[in-house]
Amino acid sequence: MSQRHLLALFNDFDEAEAAIAELRVANIKGFNIDDLILKSPIEHPEVERVLGDKPVYVQWFTLIGASLGGLLAFTGISSSQANFYAQLKGGKPIVPLPPNFVLTYEMFILGGVYITILGFLICAGLPARRSPLYSAKVSEDQIGILVRGDENAVAALKAIFSKHKALEIQEEVGK
Amino acid sequence: MGKDIREDIAWAQINTDVLKSLESPRRLFWVIIGVAIAMIGVAVGCEIYQYQNGMGVANMDNPHVWGLYIATFIFWIGMSHSGTLLSAILHLMHADWRKPIYRFAEAMTTFSLMTAGLFVAVHLGRVWQIYYAIPYPNERWVWPNFQSPLLWDAMAIFTYLSSSVLFLYVGMIPDLAIVRDNIHPGWRKKLYTLLSLGWEGTDRQWRNFRITYLTVACFLIPLAVSVHSIVASDFAMSQQPGWHITSFPPYFVAGALYSGCAAIITLFIILRYVFKFEEYMTLSILKKTTRLTFAIAMVWTYLNLIEYATVWYGHDQVAKDLLIQKAIGPYAPFWWSMNFCGSIVPFLMAFKRFQTSIPVMFAVSLLLNLGMWLERWMIVAPTFSHGYYPWTWDHDQWPSFVQWGIVFGSFGWFTLLFMVFCKVFPSVSMYEVKEMVYHRTLALKKDGLATKGAH
Repeated sequence: MSQRHLLALFNDFDEAEAAIAELRVANIKGFNIDDLILKSPIEHPEVERVLGDKPVYVQWFTLIGASLGGLLAFTGISSSQANFYAQLKGGKPIVPLPPNFVLTYEMFILGGVYITILGFLICAGLPARRSPLYSAKVSEDQIGILVRGDENAVAALKAIFSKHKALEIQEEVGK
Repeated sequence: MGKDIREDIAWAQINTDVLKSLESPRRLFWVIIGVAIAMIGVAVGCEIYQYQNGMGVANMDNPHVWGLYIATFIFWIGMSHSGTLLSAILHLMHADWRKPIYRFAEAMTTFSLMTAGLFVAVHLGRVWQIYYAIPYPNERWVWPNFQSPLLWDAMAIFTYLSSSVLFLYVGMIPDLAIVRDNIHPGWRKKLYTLLSLGWEGTDRQWRNFRITYLTVACFLIPLAVSVHSIVASDFAMSQQPGWHITSFPPYFVAGALYSGCAAIITLFIILRYVFKFEEYMTLSILKKTTRLTFAIAMVWTYLNLIEYATVWYGHDQVAKDLLIQKAIGPYAPFWWSMNFCGSIVPFLMAFKRFQTSIPVMFAVSLLLNLGMWLERWMIVAPTFSHGYYPWTWDHDQWPSFVQWGIVFGSFGWFTLLFMVFCKVFPSVSMYEVKEMVYHRTLALKKDGLATKGAH
């Protein structure tokens, strides 16, 4: 059965939240609540909560990036000091720990920041192609709910959106 | 006193107002750009002259090997700290009032670091040999000294600059999407489409955005502290009188935050007028920024006095003589001006009626920055003319017009970069201002005072 995309635009968060809550319990055949995408002009944890617990994995990238950054800095600097360092040391340690820790600290942060940003791009799916339905109103002041469902679920979905005062419902045939 | 922001501003209006700043600023914008380019012209001329004739024309000699270039380098590094303060520290403290002004503070961070970086190259003199500073096996076996704070400096500044650019960029993605959706077709639309990475404000994007922004903010705070501590170590880890002081790192960090906050006030006032941001850069926010600056000014004053006390009671006769020389010697007018501008002038900010007076705050912020620039000069220069060796004591030096010209031009360079940024990118964070309006409306709704419904 062919799939359709619907984008409903709402004027306020309360209505959008209520619509999502109803979609969750409505048990519409041919529609999966996990396919629902909420689009909003601002970060809105309260509404996101209605979507259920969705984990974020960016912190793992942070941990790996920071650890690798620090590790690479320390081993890189220490091994270059031990193997190629041409300056006369005058009896001082070939691998001096305190100064190397300073550079390790900087690289720890550098690795952490770079890989966190990389993690963000991966986890947020960026760069992204435009979704099947998009309204510039979402970046202005409206809240969008994008859903995908079978052809025979469309009427029920539209009914719920209309019930919760959707300002506009856009529809497009998906793949 | 008015509100930080009006809660009845329509979200669409916020977009319209900020987008207008990308199209039609006041005429003063072009005047500023013209003056900045002229200033850069002076610096470029001086640099060419110095490049062709050597560092002697800058009046650099032995013992005066560091002059205005290094002092101004520290000044610009210090200036960069305000962005971190406003965007990272205040973000973690949930200070909502930072939202309309943190974007330009972050941009200030980035551009002041870029300006500071130029001084390293200018100071080297032989700029064409800068690659010797990079650790790679070369024919002379010249390797950077990993034990030197100067190398830590290079690493810290590179980390800070690249992290700040990323932080600025990531925080701007939702706004870039707004501009993409609203600007007329052309090269700018293509630019914003590319930079916004296809952002659509989905729950998945916001969720990851929130965590990323918070995490990078957490990284930036210790990074900013380390950057200026390391700059302080350039001095404190030497044996020179007037520099070998334990309190230098916190003193430098406080000075950095201080000059950065003063610069924020200056730019706040300029942007507010040039881009017609009166609705967003409100007097209430100016008042809060002023109070924050005053608090930091007092911290700096305390640490400054601590530094004098440390030298005075430190039983290092040469360091003590240097301090006396600063107060009564050839640098005395500048040293007293520094203390006046840095410690006395900020008391004007303690008066409520001045906290929201645009002309007074503009003048005060300029004086504070003059004081903070003089502070850096008074750290660097006097030590060379009154070191441990008596032969240095009669070697007074005055920077040549080449040094002054390049320092003068650096302000033009910073201004040009900053103003062009504000014209090309939204300098007020639209989505965060909407959040601010939203939260205010919600609070009013709770109290039953809201006239319009919150989103």
